[in-house]
Amino acid sequence: MKKPVANSNWQSYQKEIADDHYYFARSCIRQNVFPAAEDIFLNILRNELSKDIFDDARQTTCTGIAYHSGILPFETTMTVVAHQFALMNEAGYENFVCSCVTSFGIYSEVLESWKFFPDTLNKTRESLKRSTGKDFKIPANLVHASDVIFKFRHEIQSRAKYRLIHSKTGEPLKIVDHIGCHYAKIFPEKGIGGAEYPYVLAGLIDAWGGKQVDYPERRHCCGFGFRQYLLKSNRGYSVANSKRKFDSMRPSKPDLIIANCPGCTFFLDRWQYTIAEMHGITYGENGYGIPVLTYEELAGLILGYDPWDMGLQLHQVTVEPILDKLGVGYSPEEKYKGLNHADLGKPEMPEILKCI
Amino acid sequence: MTSLVEQLKSDFRIKEGLRGCINCGTCTAVCPAATVTDYDPREVVDTVQEFKEKSLIDLLKSDTIWRCGECLSCKTRCPRENVPGYVIQALRSLSVKTGMFMESDQGRKQFAIKRTVGDHILKYGYCVYIDEVNTDRYPEQGPVWDWYHKNRQKVLERLGAAYQREESGALRKIPDESLHNLKKIFEETGAAQRFEMFEQTARARALKEGIDFDYTNDCEYFKRLYED
Repeated sequence: MKKPVANSNWQSYQKEIADDHYYFARSCIRQNVFPAAEDIFLNILRNELSKDIFDDARQTTCTGIAYHSGILPFETTMTVVAHQFALMNEAGYENFVCSCVTSFGIYSEVLESWKFFPDTLNKTRESLKRSTGKDFKIPANLVHASDVIFKFRHEIQSRAKYRLIHSKTGEPLKIVDHIGCHYAKIFPEKGIGGAEYPYVLAGLIDAWGGKQVDYPERRHCCGFGFRQYLLKSNRGYSVANSKRKFDSMRPSKPDLIIANCPGCTFFLDRWQYTIAEMHGITYGENGYGIPVLTYEELAGLILGYDPWDMGLQLHQVTVEPILDKLGVGYSPEEKYKGLNHADLGKPEMPEILKCI
Repeated sequence: MTSLVEQLKSDFRIKEGLRGCINCGTCTAVCPAATVTDYDPREVVDTVQEFKEKSLIDLLKSDTIWRCGECLSCKTRCPRENVPGYVIQALRSLSVKTGMFMESDQGRKQFAIKRTVGDHILKYGYCVYIDEVNTDRYPEQGPVWDWYHKNRQKVLERLGAAYQREESGALRKIPDESLHNLKKIFEETGAAQRFEMFEQTARARALKEGIDFDYTNDCEYFKRLYED
């Protein structure tokens, strides 16, 4: 029987993902907006899968957001990337895993530049040596953290307490996957499934029992736009592009959106709030938004981790609708509590978007 | 003196990103910037590939080159492997290098990005840092962020983050040695000089227009660029 075109295309782009011993590079945005997400990833690798992954206190930003906003020379970004690699070498690792999709694009871009323009590699080596006294070796393996979750998706499933099915109806949950542009649009061969049919998150949905949602603007950018979001005056660019996606996915009535890029996760969450307050439009059921999760948060949920330990209370779009559909237990009273049940008050409620 | 066209051609992003545009318009069809403004990457690339000094100067002084969002969707879809997003990167670099960015409203806004993301990198080691993000400047963050921001010490403690501590973990204090290395790299590779140039050109512009300017982001000049 002839295989569907999409499936054969998905399988045409594969990549090597190291099996163990990773150096972890954190994401600026993910640490700020979803501050527990990266620790879920580390916990899954170390404690569920018995893998070795090093979380280096000395690491810094890769400067990718500044470079793509046009305020930094590429020479600066190349040298900061080389500094990160030097830190990895000093720690005794050679497999680089980054949490940020912008960073993944930057690291890939830098490695390709060094490969095709060797003079840029020589200059970077000299710049790093002069400025920090350090040398570096190019990583043996460079992947995004979602690649690692994809690689071990079946092992995670084997330990899971929940599947991506509606706990009351038994129907697969309808899930939108949003892939950050810089995961595979720059270098399709570096993303699982390539740029047109990326499988890195769709593979999680398939393996964990959900149903993928296909919709016309599935591959459209979330609208970050770097300098366009960073300037308040230009932010209409960002919300308009997210709205284009929401309007396009709306007829499919998704239960959940997942994303591998921290920026995309943030925008698809916060712009639903903004669109609701500005235009009175809500995209979820009964006045709620469509919950938006990172891949680590979704993995943590199916493994049975407590939603509030994972920081899901920090999403502006209320996550309880997806918790209820999955049948995940949670304590409503603990949602906004601090350590030892300390009372920290509660966020104010938006005027339009329904939240808990 | 080397012509601007020759300077542009020497940028390896032009070598990588410009291979002969056939004006099919696929890049414009998929471009997020083109969906919300009159930005047209096809037109930019077509203008550049003429390699005429006059039309290049017009581009370098224009708002146009600052409209791209660098999603690089154009790289995936161009049937001739052009990359309008790379061409834009090279144009922006040349515009900054020649000072022509000061001729456009959008170009002058680079100062506001330096004052936020640029300064955060050198101060904290992060492109963005929670202490600097509030709902006055980022109202879309919403009431949950307001609550989180107000209670950040306790919320981050409850979530196991390393906020402001010198140890591994989320939002840790980046060690002084790493911050020092970032500073030295910025000095070595021209970023520090570029940042100083952004400050000097902004100050001169503010002085010329009689707009309040100082080294905080509460000054009128910053607010106008950031918000208007």
